[in-house]
Amino acid sequence: MTTETNNTIQFTPERLAKANEIIARYPEGKQKSALLPLLHLLQEQEGWTPAEGMDYVAELLNIEPIEVYEVATFYTMYHVKPVGKHVIEYCRTGPCCLMGGEEVFAHLKQRLGIEAGQTTVDGQFTIKEVECLAACGMGPVFQVREKYHMHLTNERVDEIIDELSK
Amino acid sequence: MATKILTEHVAVPGIETFDVYRKQGGYTAVEKALKTLSPEAVVEEVKKAGVRGRGGAGFPMGMKWSFLAKPEGVPRYLVCNADESEPGTFKDHYLMKNLPHLLIEGMIVSSFALGANKSFIYVRGELMYVIHILEKAIAEAKAAGFLGKNILGSGYDLELVVQPGGGAYICGEETALLESLEGKRGNPRNKPPFPAVKGLYQSPTVVNNVESIATTPWIINNGGDAYAAIGIGRSTGTKLISASGHIRKPGVYEIDLGVSVEDFIYADEWCGGIRPGHKLKAVVAGGSSVPILPADKILTTAAGEKRLMTYESLSDGGFQTGTMLGSGGFIVFDETACIVRNTWNFARFYHHESCGQCSPCREGTGWMEKVLHRIEYGHGHQQDLDLLVDVAKKIEGNTICPLGDAAAWPVASAIRHFRDEFQWHIDRPHEATQPGAVYKGDMAASADRLV
Ligand SMILES: Cc1cc2nc3c(=O)[nH]c(=O)nc-3n(C[C@H](O)[C@H](O)[C@H](O)COP(=O)(O)O)c2cc1C
Ligand code: SF4
Ligand code: FES
Repeated sequence: MTTETNNTIQFTPERLAKANEIIARYPEGKQKSALLPLLHLLQEQEGWTPAEGMDYVAELLNIEPIEVYEVATFYTMYHVKPVGKHVIEYCRTGPCCLMGGEEVFAHLKQRLGIEAGQTTVDGQFTIKEVECLAACGMGPVFQVREKYHMHLTNERVDEIIDELSK
Repeated sequence: MATKILTEHVAVPGIETFDVYRKQGGYTAVEKALKTLSPEAVVEEVKKAGVRGRGGAGFPMGMKWSFLAKPEGVPRYLVCNADESEPGTFKDHYLMKNLPHLLIEGMIVSSFALGANKSFIYVRGELMYVIHILEKAIAEAKAAGFLGKNILGSGYDLELVVQPGGGAYICGEETALLESLEGKRGNPRNKPPFPAVKGLYQSPTVVNNVESIATTPWIINNGGDAYAAIGIGRSTGTKLISASGHIRKPGVYEIDLGVSVEDFIYADEWCGGIRPGHKLKAVVAGGSSVPILPADKILTTAAGEKRLMTYESLSDGGFQTGTMLGSGGFIVFDETACIVRNTWNFARFYHHESCGQCSPCREGTGWMEKVLHRIEYGHGHQQDLDLLVDVAKKIEGNTICPLGDAAAWPVASAIRHFRDEFQWHIDRPHEATQPGAVYKGDMAASADRLV
């Protein structure tokens, strides 16, 4: 459990304490298990998972940086490229589409003037298409950070965007 | 008759807190198991209950538990699969969010039965808010002496760890889940060795679904025989069904296994019927992976009997005329739904989620997505339907994990039962690509007959 580092990105003291608590959850010698939770912690702090941050996580876990990169790129939740302040993760899967998901998605893209995978010029919003979020009965659905927004309509989307823009 | 084994107290205000859950009789199964039963006796009750894995495969839970290797001096692990990512499935989300202590109680009882002292709940990372709910509940249970060292003075120690995933459907496959839990990419392992022998950290491991584990408190309190008395034949107990799509009341319902499909769709107690003014066209009964069936085939079996919500009845007729209960993700389509578009959507899902280790899956899912896309967008070729069937066949059974099959079945079944609708897209692309255009064919007639 390293606390000294030369990395430009480091956890805040609270997050470092949390990271150490997470690392201690696993059996002796199995600290690599903390990798996914630590990447979430990094993304919570930085808004994405920049390379310097991943190097720092590698140091904390005593593993090679490549082991962190290959994991971060495998999973869809980690933003390995910079994103806007608010990332809207929109469910594009069948059951949500049955509830009008495609129409609402089109409205969202029109409202923000961007396509999926893009960020608004003011850096406020990124739209990311994702697959089923396990909320199909409450579709259409998108997620912004930890929050699920369900039963979406065009009006509801406008309200949420207005709220987040404040 | 409807028994609520899991959701009896779901509407009680504050049930997510330890105190309220305890007042409703919560944690008595832990007391009973740890104070009066041996681990073997707990396994025996679960075996008697006949409860089958609720994650999709339906493997008997007690039997799985009895296969767990028990070499001296090696830790054993229980890992709860809360990755829930199969399109159409949202019951574990519902259960964990509303009844976190039920899962924790089940984890304690099950870990005790298996002799595990550290157990994991692997939750898909998108559900971070649910992870916080579970962590809070674990802290409460620990403060009350139901977790930690020497639980209730029994000498049994248990710690629970909630692990977030990183976003990957494939991590629901149990060996991919274990890889992920070890901090690696979620690539499924070759089997054997099976997790029961070499699982997490190369130690003997049981992986069970959230809902499976949540049945154990009731089974311990009421006995395996009482559980087995519910349901029909080898489909014992109750099942959480996630109902979505074109129905009046989407949501999660706990049903006795054995309810008829027709009642489940039309009765007010459950889906409440198709949304007003519309007719049933098709159902995917067990999550996106299982074969889609048209209205007549989902309501009745080939022999003309009412189809029931059981493992056996849903699969009656094999893949020619039947389907599977799977994870219980029940997706309902009315006549406004385009089967071609939905099939393409699902094919895109599987292509996106393939881990890429085996070429039939990696290439085949990509190919199916591409061909379905061109049919949906009016550029289909006459040979495309045969091509799709052929690609699906080449994937099936030729891959490391069942994701390949899961990708092939929806495509093969959609073409089997809705071939005319696909053909219409190929023959009349200008008509089929009009906004909102849906194949009418003779489908509407077949649905009329049944409502
Ligand atoms: C691609 C794929 C995805 C799966 N996803 C899940 C899942 O999200 N949750 C789950 O419990 N089981 C899932 N399974 C099934 C698991 O591999 C495993 O059979 C199950 O967790 C065992 O628990 P059970 O016997 O209690 O059902 C999946 C299987 C495959 C092949
Ligand atoms: S079948 Fe597909 S998902 Fe499963 S191991 Fe092979 S490539 Fe990966
Ligand atoms: S399909 Fe959108 S949450 Fe499941």
